[in-house]
Amino acid sequence: MPEQPYEPEGAIAGTGMGGAMDLAASEAVTLEKTPGGPEGTGPQQKPRSLWSDAWRDLRRNPVFIISGLVILFLVVISLWPSLIASGNPLKCDLAKAQEGSQPGHPFGYDGQGCDVYTRTVYGTRISISVGVLATLGVAVLGSVLGGLAGYFGGAWDSVMSRITDIFFAIPVVLGGLVLLSVVTSNTIWPVIGFIVLLGWTQVYRIARGSVITAKQNDYVQAARALGASDSRILLRHIAPNAVAPVIVVATIALGTYIALEATLSYLGVGLKPPTVSWGIDISSASAYIRNAPHMLLWPAGALAITVLAFIMLGDAVRDALDPKLR
Amino acid sequence: MLLEVRDLHVEFRTRDGVAKAVNGVDYSVDEGETLAVLGESGSGKSVTAQAVMGILDMPPGRITGGEILFRGQDLLKLKEDERRKVRGAEMAMIFQDALSSLNPVLSVGDQLGEMFVVHRGMSRKDARAKAVELMDRVRIPAAAARVKDYPHQFSGGMRQRIMIAMALALEPALIIADEPTTALDVTVQAQVMDLLAELQREYNMGLILITHDLGVVADVADKIAVMYAGRIVESAPVHDIYKAPAHPYTRGLLDSIPRLDQKGQELYAIKGLPPNLMNIPPGCAFNPRCPMAQDVCRTDVPPLYEVDEDRGSACHFWRECLNG
Amino acid sequence: MVDHLEPILEVSGLVKHYPLTQGILFKKQVGAVKAVDGVDFTLNKGETLGIVGESGCGKSTVAKMLVNLERPTEGLIKYKGEDLTKLSGKALKSVRRNIQMVFQDPYTSLNPRMTVGDIIGEPYEIHPEVAPKGDRRKKVQELLDVVGLNPEYINRYPHQFSGGQRQRIGIARGLALRPEVIVADEPVSALDVSVQAQVINLLDRLQSEFELSYVFIAHDLSIVRHISDRVGVMYLGRIVEIGRDEEIYDHPTHPYTQALLSAVPVPDPEAREHRERIILAGDVPSPTNIPSGCRFRTRCWKARERCALEVPLLAVPAEFRSVSGPAAHDSACHFAEEKQVVPSEEPGGMSPEGQEE
Repeated sequence: MPEQPYEPEGAIAGTGMGGAMDLAASEAVTLEKTPGGPEGTGPQQKPRSLWSDAWRDLRRNPVFIISGLVILFLVVISLWPSLIASGNPLKCDLAKAQEGSQPGHPFGYDGQGCDVYTRTVYGTRISISVGVLATLGVAVLGSVLGGLAGYFGGAWDSVMSRITDIFFAIPVVLGGLVLLSVVTSNTIWPVIGFIVLLGWTQVYRIARGSVITAKQNDYVQAARALGASDSRILLRHIAPNAVAPVIVVATIALGTYIALEATLSYLGVGLKPPTVSWGIDISSASAYIRNAPHMLLWPAGALAITVLAFIMLGDAVRDALDPKLR
Repeated sequence: MLLEVRDLHVEFRTRDGVAKAVNGVDYSVDEGETLAVLGESGSGKSVTAQAVMGILDMPPGRITGGEILFRGQDLLKLKEDERRKVRGAEMAMIFQDALSSLNPVLSVGDQLGEMFVVHRGMSRKDARAKAVELMDRVRIPAAAARVKDYPHQFSGGMRQRIMIAMALALEPALIIADEPTTALDVTVQAQVMDLLAELQREYNMGLILITHDLGVVADVADKIAVMYAGRIVESAPVHDIYKAPAHPYTRGLLDSIPRLDQKGQELYAIKGLPPNLMNIPPGCAFNPRCPMAQDVCRTDVPPLYEVDEDRGSACHFWRECLNG
Repeated sequence: MVDHLEPILEVSGLVKHYPLTQGILFKKQVGAVKAVDGVDFTLNKGETLGIVGESGCGKSTVAKMLVNLERPTEGLIKYKGEDLTKLSGKALKSVRRNIQMVFQDPYTSLNPRMTVGDIIGEPYEIHPEVAPKGDRRKKVQELLDVVGLNPEYINRYPHQFSGGQRQRIGIARGLALRPEVIVADEPVSALDVSVQAQVINLLDRLQSEFELSYVFIAHDLSIVRHISDRVGVMYLGRIVEIGRDEEIYDHPTHPYTQALLSAVPVPDPEAREHRERIILAGDVPSPTNIPSGCRFRTRCWKARERCALEVPLLAVPAEFRSVSGPAAHDSACHFAEEKQVVPSEEPGGMSPEGQEE
């Protein structure tokens, strides 16, 4: 392999007289017999971990800053929508149906005469909650099952891997139409449950792969040689080194889950009115697209921006965490 | 002179600063001659070779000065397409890791034959015949039967032979071998080194052997250039350097290796670490680790003093070093 | 070096076969990789046993079995008379404390997410009886000092250190439980030449300071000679020759050892003209398909019919049984004969002049 003088090792090894003096004292005590002594120089930089390195990278990445600010804004208004929208999304006036932009109602009115601006703002809450909760479920289920399969291997792993193959073969939208059409509950939970059911395999594969990679490191062997238990090895040595790819995949997936919720709601099998959701609004607006395109434009635009923000964030996080790029 | 490198400087621009990988290297090699470039990781030995071959990654690498004269012509002034003609046909390189240097989805016959198709415009059939001939040359048993095999079907030693065959295909005048046997076992290492030396004699090629192994150098080299922190600190005919090194770094290296024929009590160890290339110490780069360092070493960069007609040392105190 | 021999580790008939299987859910065995195929040796207290061999000879698998990272397929590993292969649970954990390992690659053997203090202190967390909680930090700092690192580096991360310094951290971790035996698997092969010497000297010093016994596994014959009292040469899962260092290096009787030694480049250009080198033909056979009889016969220039039929035993060969002297040591060859392949010592060389005991 060609030398790479610019790789971190060379940069970090440190040099110079300062480092040498650092060590001089202990050198004299411990190695007076050795003509050479230990490598004299020590590290000079502040302790850095992968996370602090990644954070340093992220802070300088405009993609991260923009998507981060957008997501922060979305999270804040999903928690406190009344901060920027004083109206009630369910208070509608049929007389104003399909009317365009006017003072106090910048996005106009929808087919039922409800304020599009208020509905779009309130719709954030559903999208963000579905996205975050579904991602949490997927990440927990996928990484626990994948981590165990990757670590223990054997028959359990073979069986699980075949099961994930089956799940991968299910077309998402078709599965949603079939499974969710029988559900009558009008909460967000069936949709979240469905996304977790179909989504966990994606994280499972990533987690399994990265655990298998981490497992082969000598430090895992070293811990085992010391007599460490499986739970200690998994939690202390493997999990911290295998979690990065899971985070990246989960962040990108979050955006797609928000889009999936909208799709299912559009198709009438996701959330149902009176729940306020971008998918429902897009669905009802699509009938009037010629006469009143604004009704479609705002919720669809909000959805696109949200999905894009999460995917961009995932991309930025991947760049920061991927050691191959450093 | 076949190849002459003059005052070559290479830098790497990185996120954390500028790494000065090569800082004024001069060396030369003639037809039929073997030059060993000796150094530890980060000494700039491979970067120099990559610059000579024209395969340096730019960016982050940048050649900031110097000349690379091949048969008197400065390669750095050539356009990329002219340069490409030199590469492969006139000079070739052998890498340490043969497995990753060969394409895993093409048979070795196709990869060897490709050289002839691309550079010599041969037909596929003739190229295949040439490939078998080359594999015979590097003594791969049953070459005709194995020409259709893929790289992973060969052992490490055999793959390195295939690499050598590829390098030799167009009968270049110069071969650069970067740690060609480091990844191999000793018994196989001996086979491969012998083969390389024999083919070199046969084709009267110049050979630049990049290595960190003082034993391999002693076995095959005519002359040595010892590199440290991107500079040549000592250059000499091989016999002189082992008898009496003229630079404390060379002396330290020779003293720090355990010997097969002697059982020492304690090894001499060079103290400290190789320098950070972003922050090379002022004066002589070796001064913080040098047992002979004086004040002048911390301020003045030593030039390559002429020790003998064909011998140089970049140490202010080379006389003292030479006399032990 | 060792006046009175007291065995601390006795290995006999050690075998490790990895089954080769086919099928996904219903696996059936179609063969086996015979990584280790019958290894016997004894390690005495305070001595260093070097094990050399080329890649794939099984030396690392032996190391893993010694520290119980792999369970042997067959055979015994006795630590002070107690067979480790039969132990499990608590008893195994407490014996494990006494046999520790130093790994080859200082870059992958330290967890990048843990500080140096956590890495060296982890043995105490796993074996809390060794050091009470309050003492641990102090103990870790002592260990850093012992291996020649600044004790203040306790909160730093591995990537802030150079390869040699990381290897010192790995050694400190190995020392934490005050083991009696250290198994070192290629501990310096990933390091630069000038740093190798520092680490070898450190290992030498620690051996006398802590009365350690070493099993030192390496492919570099010169380093093994430097550090070992006795040396075993492995080929394709077996030890083919074993003896004191001068017996092996100056009076080898097994053809494989002779070839191995003759192939090592000697850093002396004067030697290249008048050195006889034995260049072996071909490659090491696959460990799934080991030749009958003597496993070295396919590459041996002396092989005769007997070699294909009869497995040579690791014992003093018949022709040397009556003589006493360095040639009379264990060698698994039907046609063993002495042959000097390492150039004899030249007084006044540049290396430091310590001669053997």
